[in-house]
Amino acid sequence: MAQAADDGPSCYSRFVNEWFCLDYVRDRQDEIVDATVEHLLITVSAVLLGLLIAFPLALLARRVTRLESGVVGFSTGLYTIPSLALFPILVPFTGLSALTVVIGLALYCLTILVRALLDGLRAVPDDVRESATGMGYGPTRLLLRVELPLALPVVMGGLRVATVSTVALTTVGTLVSYGGLGDLINHGRQYDFRAELLTAAVLCVVLAVLLDVVIVLTQRVLTPWTRQGAGA
Amino acid sequence: MRLFADTWRYLTDAASWTGSGGILARLVEQLLLTVTALGLAMAIALPLALWLGHLGRGGFLAINISNVGRAVPTFALLALLVTLDWPGSQTFGPYGRAGLATLIALALFALPPLVTQSYVAMREVPPDAREAADGMGMSGSQKFWRVELPLALPLVMSGIRLALVQVWATATIAALVAGPGLGRIITEGFANDRYSQGIGAAIVVALVALVLELAAAAVQRAVDPMRGAGQGRPGTAGGAGEETESQDPATTSAAASRLP
Repeated sequence: MAQAADDGPSCYSRFVNEWFCLDYVRDRQDEIVDATVEHLLITVSAVLLGLLIAFPLALLARRVTRLESGVVGFSTGLYTIPSLALFPILVPFTGLSALTVVIGLALYCLTILVRALLDGLRAVPDDVRESATGMGYGPTRLLLRVELPLALPVVMGGLRVATVSTVALTTVGTLVSYGGLGDLINHGRQYDFRAELLTAAVLCVVLAVLLDVVIVLTQRVLTPWTRQGAGA
Repeated sequence: MRLFADTWRYLTDAASWTGSGGILARLVEQLLLTVTALGLAMAIALPLALWLGHLGRGGFLAINISNVGRAVPTFALLALLVTLDWPGSQTFGPYGRAGLATLIALALFALPPLVTQSYVAMREVPPDAREAADGMGMSGSQKFWRVELPLALPLVMSGIRLALVQVWATATIAALVAGPGLGRIITEGFANDRYSQGIGAAIVVALVALVLELAAAAVQRAVDPMRGAGQGRPGTAGGAGEETESQDPATTSAAASRLP
């Protein structure tokens, strides 16, 4: 650190290429913040869009039992399409934009989210459902006031897995130039810029852990009853 | 519509399959990568997770570590490994360019599902089966090999199955660092405006994923100790295969006999 007092960056230059470099972080702060924000926005929009699509799909699969294996099979099948191909396939429709990445990632979320929603709703005890019906709850009120809150722990579990894997998969969006931190990783690899590569990779993990913590805390607030007694 | 016709023509043209950069060569490369990476990951994850599950301790830590592992983007890992002096991007035997880096990245990628699922599988073994084994005077290792492992095997297998398909699908990402596998054909196709080639190779990847899934499901059924016993199993194996089971007429009877 003593040399760091010299003029100019100490740990990255044409001759020095260190993995850990705080000077890099300071010099390219704007670029790093922009990439992180883009990464965060893409991830969050993708998971929310996925949730928006998964919800009606899960309700449909539950209502029409014959469709269930079809819906689950469809959402699982989407997962086998390589992300490497899905993003370019979407480009003619959505252009080279963040939307391309968001749609692709939302489709990948479906596999996890549809199953989590179905499992969660299935875990609601029958007698709870019957009591609510007996108390005069209609189907909509039953779903919103009784079934969804009780399904929340399982659904949130799925949401955690979906979010963490989406943070990781967003990096592949660099294929269409919207990969958030993935763009920095790709640039760092192409130009052998070690500090950039490692900083972006570490930030990806930090982002995933932070989002995970946010979801866990949200779940605690939303389901206060799981904290008392045995828990979910 | 023309795109479909072009893709069909690409897939039915023998020239796209043969040659050093053809579909067949890349397919074999990717299969080899997938199997080796999964084997490596299993060699590390299974003994560790099963042993921890047997002890019933350390699982919280193991699962949390593997959850953090899930957050590490495979692309970032791959880029790091390729940029490092070792393993770098040099050709590694039949695994192609950047073969070693891809193998390591994929093996690490497969660890989290294997560790989590195997540990959970061991903990799902009914306590009364465990107590019965103790009561019969079985030693720790006898209990592990004769009671816990056979009962945990279906869930362990479903974890392996999940990892297999995920590793296969993820292996295409190696193309982002000009690595081996079918991903190369996909990126080459899109980069040169040959959409039929990109889509065609993607279809091959998806179809092979399906074949791997079905094959693994068949193996999973074969190792199920409760198969044919008129009893429900503790904790059914992960949902992914339930719908494929009913599609196969030969197994419907086996599945039906599993019902109480």
